[in-house]
This record gives sequence, C-alpha cells and structure tokens, in this order.
Amino acid sequence: MRFPKEFKYTEDHEWAKIEGNRVTVGVTDHAQSALGDVVFLELPKVGRQLRRGETFGVVESVKAVSDLFSPVDGKVIEVHSALVDDPSTINRSPHGDGWLIAIEVSGPEACAHLIDASAYEKLIASL
Amino acid sequence: MPKRTALHDEHVRLGGRMVDFGGWDLPVQYTGIIDEHLACRGAAGLFDVSHMGEFLVEGADAEAFLDYAVTNQVSKTVPGQAQYTAMCNRAGGIVDDLVLYRRGKDRFLVVVNAANIDKDFSHLDGLLQAERSRFPGVKLENQSTAYSQIAIQGPKAELILQKLTSTKLSEIKTYRFAEGSVCGSIPALLARTGYTGEDGFEVYCPWSDGPTVWRALLDAGTPSGLKPCGLGARDTLRLEMKYPLYGHELTDETNPIEAGLGWVTKLDKGDFVGKEKIEALKMAGIRRKLVGLELTERGIPRQGYRVMSLDGHTELGVLTSGTQSPSLKKAIGIAYVSNGHAEAETEVAVEIRGTLVRAKIIPTPFLKKKS
Repeated sequence: MRFPKEFKYTEDHEWAKIEGNRVTVGVTDHAQSALGDVVFLELPKVGRQLRRGETFGVVESVKAVSDLFSPVDGKVIEVHSALVDDPSTINRSPHGDGWLIAIEVSGPEACAHLIDASAYEKLIASL
Repeated sequence: MPKRTALHDEHVRLGGRMVDFGGWDLPVQYTGIIDEHLACRGAAGLFDVSHMGEFLVEGADAEAFLDYAVTNQVSKTVPGQAQYTAMCNRAGGIVDDLVLYRRGKDRFLVVVNAANIDKDFSHLDGLLQAERSRFPGVKLENQSTAYSQIAIQGPKAELILQKLTSTKLSEIKTYRFAEGSVCGSIPALLARTGYTGEDGFEVYCPWSDGPTVWRALLDAGTPSGLKPCGLGARDTLRLEMKYPLYGHELTDETNPIEAGLGWVTKLDKGDFVGKEKIEALKMAGIRRKLVGLELTERGIPRQGYRVMSLDGHTELGVLTSGTQSPSLKKAIGIAYVSNGHAEAETEVAVEIRGTLVRAKIIPTPFLKKKS
C-alpha cells in the first residue's frame, strides 16, 4: 500500500495534491484496492462549484458503487475526461494517471483540514 | 463472529479479501474479480462453496416426501443423478432453489443456499411433522458442517480433477455424479454440476479434508491456468448465464413461473407444496417476467434500480442483479419487467441515480456458449 508523502488526504480516501490554489484530486491506493476492478466513472463538468464533502462523482467497480467526495471548497477547473474511457487506470495508477479532477481554491486555508500521509496511513492501519 | 469454512486459512494465505457473506467469512476476491472470472472461462476456477448447506433425506418415503416438498419431479431421477429444483411455500413463493443428489433408491443429499440453511431445514422439518402419517419412513438431518464443498469449473476442470482421482470423469455426464475418492483415500462425491455456465465439477468431501483437496487441486491446476475465485467472480459468472441467485431473483415473494423456473415446476406430477397457487397463477397469467437487459448508454445496472419506459413516465419493473460483464464487456442486468414490455429488443430505460439510461431487453443467457 502506498501513501505518497507529497499528497494530503481525507478520511473519505481521496488524496489532494496542492499547488498554489490548484488542488488535484484522486482516490487513494487503499481506496482503489478496496474497490477492486474499476469499470465505470462519472465525473463533474468544469465550472461546477463544490463544497467540501460534497459528492462530485461516482466510481463503480464490478461489485460496488462508491461516491466521490470533494476534499475542499472550490471550483472544478479541469476534469480528467479521458479516464472515463479507461477507468481501470485508477487501479494501475491511483496517485498518478488516475487523477480525477482539479479544483481551484480561494487560498491555503481551504486545505487546512486535510491530513498528511502519516496520519492517513495510521487511519488505514486502524480500520 | 462470522462462521469459517475449513478452507479459511487457505483463503487468507492466498491473499483473499475476506468479507461477511450471509454470516460466513469468505473471500470476495484474491487477485481481482475480472482476472478470476476470465481464468474460469478460459482455463479453470477453484471455488470454496463449503458454506452451502447439505441435508440428508433418507428412508423408504424419502422420494415421495421430496416430491411433495419441491417443484421438480424427483421420482424421475435415478441413483447417480442430480436435479435442480425450487422449493415453494403454500403461497407459491420460493423458499429456496436447490440441487438434490440421488445417492440411492432411498437416499438423497439436498444442497441448499447458505443463507437459507436454517429456514429450509425448519420448512422441511415442519412439512415432515405436519405430514408424518403420509411419510412415516423419512429421516431428515442437517449435515451442513459434515461437508466441505469445492467447485472446479472451466474448460480445464476435468483434466485437472482427473489427476486427483481414479474415477473416470469423462464418463460422468452433466448433472450426474459418482462416489469415489480423491487424493488417495479421501471419500468424495464428484458431481458434474456447477453455477458458472462452464463445464466442471463440484466435489463434496469430509469437512476436515477440505484443505487437502483444495491444495491438491491448486497444485495440479495452476500450471493449466487454474486460479482460486472468490464470491465476486462466482456472481459475475452466474450473472452472464442469467442463473438466478436467492435474495436477488428469487425470494419468498416471487413465484417459480415469473422467475423463469417453470421448467423445473412439474404441475402434472402429484400434489406438492404451493402447487394450487402456482396453477392459479399460471391460469390467471403472470404479471411480470424475469428478463435480461443490456444498457445501450454508459452506466451499470444494479439490484434495486427501477426499469422505466423510455420517456420515464411509467415504471415497468426493477433490477434484481447487474454488473459490468467481464466476458462481454457490456453492462448487463436481470430484472422483473411487466408483461408487454418483456419481449426481446424492447427498448426501456434504467433509472440510475435519478438519470434515465437507455437499455434493451435481450435474449439470455447473455453469454452464448461456443459449442
């Protein structure tokens, strides 16, 4: 199980890569492993305003349906639309090519609640 | 604490992801559902199905009693033959679907769904108590913890299992079985039955011998491409064949006619539990039918989703199962759909999270067997 240090995390098993006001979002290695083979993905449109914790999409494996939750407040500025045609990329590269959307936040305080890699790793270990 | 089969440690050792399934701790997958599914279709899959229930029914009136309890005609079977059947309540609802193995003139092994073991046993025991004078010579015993059951399914199944037994498997026809031994001296019932749509066997052996048989099959089969398969692949494999699953397509409230089990419901045999109601239903005409559908737009149908008219104004039915088919790479589902909309090629919609997604009723099984 990988917990890349350069990312922040949520208790809903999303990761966030923070670069200035741009936050790239994906599901964690733990989440993809728990889901199993991902076969379907539904993503939002560019421009949508999201609240922290709001459902922005759906990921489905052969067996299960899972909501995707926004880690932060902000506006969707980029959507990884190509992923919809090959959602299994999420299994192969959850922290890389399997990224889902990018959100523009108002400032660093929008990300203050996110937890770091070691805290997320502890959370997983406690499950 | 969920129950464990004799193979629990084997699953953990193989990296199986254990989940609670009807009170049993079982692997939903090892390497991945798609990988395991395709291994079973292309070579062979190995399944622990020891959680299933086994009842012994024996005695001079065993055949007559079973013919009274289930919908199929038990008296037509001969020793060495298996039979698939439904078992109904007096209202014609399905208590369970099951396979019975006729081991002798007066001796049957009745194999039921794991989640229904207690319910089925009480049901059968209740029938026996109520009709004792009709069936005095019947012994009914729950032997579910006496057997480990291992299914080996797929085009390489016979080849692999043959390495473990001197019983000539090629002589066992579909839905027939032989009593022999595996791995030397382990007594086993070797049945050409299964739940995947592939050729294959279900092996019943003493509970504590399960791990020995499992390991021997893995060792013998791995070079041929055999893989251990979890409950996830078991579900997608049966779904591609439109085999019903209790709790999805079949419930106490569904009847065998609408569920497509008319072929195992013999209304021309003698009296059986539920017969009157089923006859009446058949006379009156059933209101809905179990059908297969495929989405023609993006999405995956799931149990509980509504089947709607294309314009979304009329509810036509409900999904009982659905998935992305690993073999066909299509989104498929099984649904109860009201009469008049259940014909193949009918265009319908499936309501997925509030959105109508186009679908089409199609002939089943979804997966057509190459002959």
